[in-house]
Amino acid sequence: MSFVSPSDDPRHMHNRAAAMIARKRLLTFVAPLFVLGYFVYIFFAFDIMGLAERARLDNAVTLVSDTYSYKTVVERNNRTGEIGVAVEGERKGTYDASNYPGWVTVGEDAALITLDDGGTIEIVGDIVRYDVPGFGVVEATQNRTDGVKLNLDTADLPDWISYSKTRVTITTDAARLSLTKARTEVFVYDFGWELFWVTLDSPYSGHSLMEVLTGPQLDPTRPNIAGAWHDFWNNAIWRHGETAWALFETILMAFLGTFGAAIVALPLAFMAAKNFAPFMAVRMLARRLFDFLRGVDGLIWTILLSRAFGPGPMTGALAMLFTDTGSFGKLFSEALENVDSKQIEGIASTGAKPMQRYRFGVIPQIVPVLLSQVLYFLESNTRSATIIGAITGGGIGLLLTQAMITQKDWEEVTYYIILIILMVMGMDTISSWLRRKLIKGD
Amino acid sequence: MADLSAAPLDATRAHYLALTRQRRLYGGIMLLVFVLLMASGFGIANDRNAGGFLPGLPHIFDFPAGVISEAWTKRANLPDHLRNALPALVETINIAAVATLFGAFFAILLSMFATRGLAPWPRLIPVFRRIMDLMRAVPEIVIALVLIFVLGGGPVPAAIAIAFHTVGALGKLFSEVNENADQKPLEGLASVGAIWPQRMLLGLVPQVAPNWFSYALLRFEINIRASAILGFVGAGGIGYELKNAISWGQGKFDEAAAVFILLFLTIVFFDQLSSYVRNRLTYGSDKGAGK
Repeated sequence: MSFVSPSDDPRHMHNRAAAMIARKRLLTFVAPLFVLGYFVYIFFAFDIMGLAERARLDNAVTLVSDTYSYKTVVERNNRTGEIGVAVEGERKGTYDASNYPGWVTVGEDAALITLDDGGTIEIVGDIVRYDVPGFGVVEATQNRTDGVKLNLDTADLPDWISYSKTRVTITTDAARLSLTKARTEVFVYDFGWELFWVTLDSPYSGHSLMEVLTGPQLDPTRPNIAGAWHDFWNNAIWRHGETAWALFETILMAFLGTFGAAIVALPLAFMAAKNFAPFMAVRMLARRLFDFLRGVDGLIWTILLSRAFGPGPMTGALAMLFTDTGSFGKLFSEALENVDSKQIEGIASTGAKPMQRYRFGVIPQIVPVLLSQVLYFLESNTRSATIIGAITGGGIGLLLTQAMITQKDWEEVTYYIILIILMVMGMDTISSWLRRKLIKGD
Repeated sequence: MADLSAAPLDATRAHYLALTRQRRLYGGIMLLVFVLLMASGFGIANDRNAGGFLPGLPHIFDFPAGVISEAWTKRANLPDHLRNALPALVETINIAAVATLFGAFFAILLSMFATRGLAPWPRLIPVFRRIMDLMRAVPEIVIALVLIFVLGGGPVPAAIAIAFHTVGALGKLFSEVNENADQKPLEGLASVGAIWPQRMLLGLVPQVAPNWFSYALLRFEINIRASAILGFVGAGGIGYELKNAISWGQGKFDEAAAVFILLFLTIVFFDQLSSYVRNRLTYGSDKGAGK
């Protein structure tokens, strides 16, 4: 064509290109500057400076050390004179007099603890002596009237000894000793998770797996394998059985929520799709419903529903169902709008009735898309179910928050975290395997 | 010419029908298993719930009705409550924005390290992929709760927790985008001696930036929801206000209503905004504007 439109004029094109480049150049400078300015604002809005004061690094240290080690407590009640040895100071981990660990000997109102680094701690009545290698003997006494006394110059103590009139604390790499009027406590740290398999009151404690499997019957009333499994499953500290149930509950919530939402959303999506719902009003209504369901977030649904149904996995499942109905409705109706009409016309040309047109013309086209969306949501809902569980009180999320609130059993928190990550990764694997299998058909 | 006698045709038809029947049977069995799973799952969930489904159903509107009626009787306070909750809302949005910005930045880096053809150390691609899988698998609440214990409550633990998950989630999507990028500009840049950052910045980023932006925007919307939820478990922001107002119970329901309204409007706003902008990016300005 000889006709040249004004926009094809070389000078005009040149100007347009120059303007575009100038705009791009401006953007590359302004956008990072804007982000930088935003970060400066955030720095003050989030009070990053104050964070250093609020941060409890000692908490971080207990947290980290608790995740890979445990402590055994030797405790003398200074009022009654009783001495006990317990793992983590818990009743369920208390040793009875016949099976004290090898590093402690308990006598008449006395105990001797031999530490890994060669040091010893001796409790004799109201006196406790800690022989620290390379330092010497630290002797502390307590009595009811004078409080706590130390054999060292209390004005010039090394920083691992803290002293006040009511308490002496000595912290070394091998152990921690604390003495008050009420009790003398020695904490000895060991590597690993304590009593992970069975608790001390079980007859199988202290025996290896091989002994349990092939050795003589340890409990006369039960066969070894069944008994050991029972004691492991009902381990009072780790509660493996309950944990497994909680994991199952979380997955159940995700499963019910996701597929329930898909079932509810599919018919509604037809009402929201341009090419299936001829009436504008119906379409608008369905779309606004989806927006509403999505907009009232899972958090609000959880709160609302837990008032009616009480806490538990079903409340979580329903909350997810409501939110995801909104998301699925939107996604499904978009997929329906992209359906190829030729296939439907082809089916219609054979004289198919409307239901048959949907069944053979529409469904085969959209099923792969929908299924892939649903399976993708299943994985992400497993994560949501953990969080919703923490709020509504069900599943592994609840166990996690409970273990965290006590702020002492960080090894259990670690255990739950590992299980949660494994669960989510497992669901991810299953959902992508199903996606491959069902959609691509390999 | 081939002799098309009737017998092989019949055999083929019989074979086809048998296959169809078999497929239908499998489909039916799968459907049955699915229905059974749903039904029994619902039964189990119902049993383990504190209140049952059917007894609770009539009361489903009790709480919303209580909130609305109290908010209505005290409707004069509503503007004040809305104004009071606004700083918390801004904090929630800030948490999401900071987490998305940081998350997207590290996701871009990780996604380049994990894409064939772009990675500076191709041998480490599987390592970076596993790192992203791991980061994606950690629910935000896990990191948030641990960090609240260490850093104290407030927006920072929530922002870190959400950013951590965002790196994994966006990293995977970004690396899928990167895989579809044209390698030719990169090769051209390499041939004139461009170093790795130059090749990425000049050869890759202009190709994929709109897609990255679109995914990051979607993530921002998801992160606002996450940040509201984390507030509920103690990380500050509007979720925290909501928890306080709700656990107070009757008497503060008007405050709860104000928070509900703000949260709902915010989520709807960002939901619509992100879908509008993403439509514009995918279909161009005409269709996006006309929608």
